[in-house]
Amino acid sequence: MSQSETAISIRGLSKAYTIDPGALRRPTFRDVVGNRVKHPFARTPTETFWALKDVSLDISKGEVVGIIGRNGAGKSTLLKILSRITEPTCGRIELFGRVGSLLEVGTGFHPELTGRENIFLNGAILGMMRAEIRKQFDAIVDFAEIEQFLDTPVKRYSSGMYVRLAFAVAAHLEPEILVVDEVLAVGDAEFQKKCLGKMGDVAKRGRTVLFVSHNMTAVSALCDRACLFAKGKLSQSGPTQAIVHQYLSRVSGAQDPAPMWTHRNRGRLINVDSVRLLVSGRPSPLIRAGESCSLRVGYRLLAPEAIGSPLSISLMLYGDGQKLANLWTNCLGQRFPCLPSGTLTCNIAKWPFRNQQIRVDVYTHVGAEAQDWIEESLVFDSHDGDFYRTGVITNPDQGLMFLDHNWSSDAV
Amino acid sequence: MVIEPRSGWSALNLIELWRYRDLLVTLAIRDVKLRYKQTALGVIWVILQPLLAAGIFTFVFGTVAKMPSEGLPYFVFSYAGLLAWNAFNSTLTKASASVVGNAQLVSKVFFPRLILPLSTVLSTLIDFVVALALMVILMVVYGITPGWGVLLLPLSLVLLIALALGIGVYTSALTVRYRDLQYVLPVLLQMLLYASPVAYSVSAVPDRLRPLYFLNPISGLLEAFRWSLLGRGQLDWTYVVYSATWVVVVSFGGAFAFKKMEQKFADLI
Repeated sequence: MSQSETAISIRGLSKAYTIDPGALRRPTFRDVVGNRVKHPFARTPTETFWALKDVSLDISKGEVVGIIGRNGAGKSTLLKILSRITEPTCGRIELFGRVGSLLEVGTGFHPELTGRENIFLNGAILGMMRAEIRKQFDAIVDFAEIEQFLDTPVKRYSSGMYVRLAFAVAAHLEPEILVVDEVLAVGDAEFQKKCLGKMGDVAKRGRTVLFVSHNMTAVSALCDRACLFAKGKLSQSGPTQAIVHQYLSRVSGAQDPAPMWTHRNRGRLINVDSVRLLVSGRPSPLIRAGESCSLRVGYRLLAPEAIGSPLSISLMLYGDGQKLANLWTNCLGQRFPCLPSGTLTCNIAKWPFRNQQIRVDVYTHVGAEAQDWIEESLVFDSHDGDFYRTGVITNPDQGLMFLDHNWSSDAV
Repeated sequence: MVIEPRSGWSALNLIELWRYRDLLVTLAIRDVKLRYKQTALGVIWVILQPLLAAGIFTFVFGTVAKMPSEGLPYFVFSYAGLLAWNAFNSTLTKASASVVGNAQLVSKVFFPRLILPLSTVLSTLIDFVVALALMVILMVVYGITPGWGVLLLPLSLVLLIALALGIGVYTSALTVRYRDLQYVLPVLLQMLLYASPVAYSVSAVPDRLRPLYFLNPISGLLEAFRWSLLGRGQLDWTYVVYSATWVVVVSFGGAFAFKKMEQKFADLI
């Protein structure tokens, strides 16, 4: 790779934080002066925590790279160092181009100032010159769709407007290297689509983008390449699909067998223990369109007198927040008696859904009585796959599912 | 552009500061706007506070203690002192709080952090101008004319503000690490107020103590300020030069110390 093609070159980057394990709270001036007087020669014990350890990475001009990993893996620290907000402890980074950072949406926004004033303020904070902001002003207002509210204080804006405006300003930064941290976590689905679209535009125009996200769908859609970080080290780097798959299998492997379900209504007769997605008989964190799979609900009876009573289960499927389907035992007229401990499995011959995050809510009934229900009992990713077994499918943005069909031709 | 760990002292990098001048102006305007968008009382307080304080000083030092005021009505005398003192005090206080007060910016965006204390000066200057307007009215009412010395007024003002800024830059960096400093500072400033010729005249200080008294760089500047504005008393150039030297030392020292501590801001804030 020639010098002129590199956008970012990272060598041996490490960042350590020193912490005083004995301190109960952050030291005050009074503490420091007092300690010096009492123990003039004492040295405070310190522990070192390595947020990043020996990271080396090369990114070429025009690449869109996804940085993924669990919380605490060092992704945000990497971005902070690239944005010059914090300094590395060792190592070296070479940047070939102006860096624009979007680590938070709406940095510096002040609620008492109007939309117009905040555009100039936020733009200046992000590094734009006044003239630049004036040039882009109309485009920003257009993108944010807040034309009529330009001169009202931002504290009167709805949260949606706030976030749209904040992103609109940042979206019109024109850096050569764009560094984005999780900003898609904010806002509704509509907003997220707009953001993704804009970031896609930026990428198409040949700018280098570094994108940290937990949203695997977004990462798969935008990035050519992904880097997986774990415990401060760069553990893997390669084509997006492969790395995302690695990450997801790691994550699900580390999951508790009894996950933390927070939104749930316990029933008095049965208790749901687990909800799993099985592909080819084995638990999987993701599914591809066209594959056959099963959703298995494990349960335990709490009251022995309910043995043999009719058990019905309904699985409500959501895709990116939208209701997709309700799989209900009653629809097929199948009756299942309650067992003291057992599973009820829903078998799907050909998974039809495309790229989206699937969420499963479980509702259980014994007889007519509602029992255990769990919101978000299982979350997994659905990806495009060879649904028609022909090797040909339509583009990812052409709908959320595949339909089994065939074509015929007649003369009229 | 290379990013590497910095250690020890680093250059002030004035070029980078210049490149971010737009941000400096924007932040300064933001502070002024926010201040004056607040309740009406907030704006009136700019005039009310020195008036009230001058009134109290007049009563305590003028009427009760019967201290000399160089032939001027005590009220005007102390108001002039307060005018200068408030410029110093408010610059130092606002600058000290500027980095911690903008914690959100420090942790999410890059810009030379020195901009933060520097941007507070505009707000102080505007407050000064407003209070100065009242001073002019007072002088007209009392029939006091300044003389040619008034041309030196900007010099003493600039030196006072530069001194405050130099210290403020240093304390703003220290406050990031030691938050309780923001409570210690007002106490220290209060002591400094009484150690400086704001409420009383230097002529009240016994002769043998006077050289010691003028070790305080603010004393010389305050005297110079009052001399230019009100045309009474003497201007001792040695003390002005002495104070100016302090200003230079403190400004550079403060700025370099700031740059050294700047590296850790985002980690501590």
